[in-house]
Amino acid sequence: MSDLTHLTIEQAAAALRAGETSSVELTQAVLARSEQVEPTIASYILPTPEQALAMAAAADQRLQAGDAPLLCGIPGAIKDLICTEGVQTTAGSRILEGYRPIYDAFVVKQLRAAGYVMTGKANLDEFAMGSSCETSAYHPTRNPFCPDCVPGGSSGGSATAVAADQAFFSLGTDTGGSIRQPASLCGVVGLKPTYGRVSRWGVIAMASSLDQVGPFARTVRDCAAVAECISGRDELDSTSSARLVPDYRAACGRDIKGLRIGVPREYFIDGMEPAVSASVRAAIEQLVSLGAEAVEVSLPHTEYGLSTYYVIMPCEVSANLARFDGIRYGVPKPGETMWDAYSNTRGAGFGAEVKRRIMLGTYALSAGYAEAYYVQAQKVRTLIRDDFAKAFEQVDAIVGPASPTTAFPLGAKLDDPVQMYLSDVFTLPASLAGLPGICIPCGFDEQSKPIGLQLIGRHWEEETLFSLSYAFEQSTPWSLPSNRARITVGGGL
Amino acid sequence: MSIEWKVVVGLEVHTQLLTQSKMFCACPNDYAGAEPNTHVCPICLGAPGMMPVVNAEALRYGIMAALALNCHVPPFSWFERKNYPYPDLVKGFQLTQYKYPIGAEGFIDIETEAGTKPFRVNRVHLEEDTAKNSHLTSFSGEHYSLVDCNRAGVPLMEIVTEPDGRSADEAVAYLRKLRDILIFLGIASGRMEDGAMRLEANISVRTAEEEAQGILRKRCEVKNINSFDVVRQAIEYEIKRHIRAYERGEEVVQATMGWDAENGRTVFQRSKEEAHDYRYFPEPDLPPLRFTEAEVDAIRLTRPELKHEIIVRYESSLGLDRYRAELLAQSRSFSAYFEAALGLFANVDRVANVLLGDFLAQVNDRGLSLDDCALLPVSAADIAELARQWDSGDLTGPQFKQVLPYMFDKGVGVEPAKADLGIRKAEASTLGPVLDEVLAANADAVQKIQSGNTKVMGFLVGQVMKATRGQADPKDVEKLLCGRLGV
Repeated sequence: MSDLTHLTIEQAAAALRAGETSSVELTQAVLARSEQVEPTIASYILPTPEQALAMAAAADQRLQAGDAPLLCGIPGAIKDLICTEGVQTTAGSRILEGYRPIYDAFVVKQLRAAGYVMTGKANLDEFAMGSSCETSAYHPTRNPFCPDCVPGGSSGGSATAVAADQAFFSLGTDTGGSIRQPASLCGVVGLKPTYGRVSRWGVIAMASSLDQVGPFARTVRDCAAVAECISGRDELDSTSSARLVPDYRAACGRDIKGLRIGVPREYFIDGMEPAVSASVRAAIEQLVSLGAEAVEVSLPHTEYGLSTYYVIMPCEVSANLARFDGIRYGVPKPGETMWDAYSNTRGAGFGAEVKRRIMLGTYALSAGYAEAYYVQAQKVRTLIRDDFAKAFEQVDAIVGPASPTTAFPLGAKLDDPVQMYLSDVFTLPASLAGLPGICIPCGFDEQSKPIGLQLIGRHWEEETLFSLSYAFEQSTPWSLPSNRARITVGGGL
Repeated sequence: MSIEWKVVVGLEVHTQLLTQSKMFCACPNDYAGAEPNTHVCPICLGAPGMMPVVNAEALRYGIMAALALNCHVPPFSWFERKNYPYPDLVKGFQLTQYKYPIGAEGFIDIETEAGTKPFRVNRVHLEEDTAKNSHLTSFSGEHYSLVDCNRAGVPLMEIVTEPDGRSADEAVAYLRKLRDILIFLGIASGRMEDGAMRLEANISVRTAEEEAQGILRKRCEVKNINSFDVVRQAIEYEIKRHIRAYERGEEVVQATMGWDAENGRTVFQRSKEEAHDYRYFPEPDLPPLRFTEAEVDAIRLTRPELKHEIIVRYESSLGLDRYRAELLAQSRSFSAYFEAALGLFANVDRVANVLLGDFLAQVNDRGLSLDDCALLPVSAADIAELARQWDSGDLTGPQFKQVLPYMFDKGVGVEPAKADLGIRKAEASTLGPVLDEVLAANADAVQKIQSGNTKVMGFLVGQVMKATRGQADPKDVEKLLCGRLGV
């Protein structure tokens, strides 16, 4: 087969079972593809070709024995925030350079049990703090559709690895939009599950009350398959839910007639790129033509989402990152006194954005300020949650853009944190409310840069998102390989 | 005119809990004697990506303690992150119940010179212990520190009182009573020598007028005290220091003090201004804890009896006097031992007399402890059997005194001890020749008895006992003699 890397997971799984290819062959194909595109795109902090081939060989044995799970033998990339046993996990930071966890994260255990093949540790903004993948301490990652532009972030490498056919799927994490925004900018499908749906055990924490692991894939069904594999109760994550994990792929193809989709007036704002606005509106019309009913709704506290997020998240960051002090974790930089050693280690190990957030959070939790910042933000968070709860009395899902812009040039927002933070203005509120959100391709701007549609569901109702997304995907051309022919890096597709 | 100074003492006690595992992970809790950093896992080492899981047993112990201290248990609680950087804190924060402790507003009654008085408990909360730092100097004179994480994450309970102590005596009475309660609940070892229980005292003084108005002066906190003696000394030292300062017209600076054992004095550690800003906030990795009334009631109904409750029960339902009841309830294990023996031989007086007499003498002579009676060489079943045989006459008094020490020596039961010692009961039927001998040798006595002076019978019994080297049952002997002499 000539174009193995273009296959969907389901097509590849069928080919594996039909004996038309092997996992080793699939793996070699994505590794060869990586050789072409990696010098430009740089999806990985650490590619793991040797592990990949060994895992593929094992998967082939299991496939031969029969009764292998869907993901057996399928190559996937893992965001380098997610711990992998014996394999360097840096969180995109110098401070964890060389750190090899002695455990797999729960999600990695799940994938490993299914027989997946790890292609490498994908690049990210340092400790997942950023919306462009540029704060990575290692290197930036470039957008396959437009190599002068960013892939979005923080899960930039996870998005590009899938977009550029370096992997069939990947895992990312989403705290305020870190899956949905890069999925939007890279033209792939990305799901942030309901908070508590997927265990965070073994995922280096950024903001624990917001972080959630989720998949990237090239189709909705592939995304559903990976989501199903990594979801479920984990006794070691007390915030994970014991609810049964539905058959997400079965939700793909369900009739969407009569489903009510809410269009929040606050999600169509000034400063949004016209192409984004136009594509998203066209997508809503498309959903209506498929039988969904569009209803205008209001999420009145949306404008406070950004400031609320940028109080709560740094507060949690300030505590979560305290352990990286060079004593037990973090590359130590000695000093005259213990305090000097702390300062030297953290001063050298953390980048500017990480330091900014640690300082913000430390300040916002300090005696005399905590009431005005942290406590107040928690109250607003409740209001934002209530906004959604009220809207969901009328509608089954909320639809809007995932990002106000398409991919922007490298460096364009790096020196302007607030502009960078605004990239997540449409994804933050659902994160604050713990709701599931999916981003699917819904068009291209005049420069052929992808545009993403965001669907937000009720808690635990990922199935509704899959039904709507699948119906949309199947009736539009945006996810077809022909559209990804716009990728020209490495000789194109 | 000299002012009459009034004393105010509040107390904070930290105690490790005797759970199987640590507060937030499955590592074994008991690290005594373990090599450094062997009772650790990624969770208690705070490795990146690790999350805590609350130990349900520790929660139950917390509720149990709260109830025993007459606290109110709230319907919900949560853990918070207490943030401060120090190498004994692997995560950079300690999980502790800050805003919603597991118990609030309780009290325990203490005995004072003026009678019983409630000492109010402000709060009971759960947290995790820190790692242990050792500061060392190498042969070349270099200073360095080592961190042992075996203790990191061990469940810790803190019990904080209101400032209700009016003397060092009252403080110590409270602490003793609290320690008894924790030990009897079976949730803490109470061992202070190895840091399983740590004491802190907040001390201030004030005038009688201020006391009448409820005004408090600046207090000093003496931390990390590891004995009741030291807590008494530290309180008395601080009282004198405060009074001296005020009488000289000086102020007392609110401060944290340490205890200098060598010089028998407190030493300044840090002032209030230098205190950390801990930046508490709820631990997002743990959902809030909820306690239903049914759960709390179940713990209330099944919690072990406390020392003072056992004493009252011994008095009221076993008919023991206060003195003996207190002795039998001196440790939870000893009272269980007593009751186990009683279960096998239900003669309260006999069992109590065995235990409080020769048994305690043996325990004390041998330097044994009643903290864990399972470790004693003699079992409760042995004690029951011993009491039964003594009561029935199968063992004579002198034999009893011979058998018990032997049982302690060899760790054997009553029958093997008797066999080893060659003790057997002389059967009445075999006493004939001895009776003949004694009667023949004591014609005078025989005559006195036959003429109605039965008081002499005791003398004859004694002679028979002597001739059998104590192996005969005196009651049998008397009966046989009466038969022979027709009285």
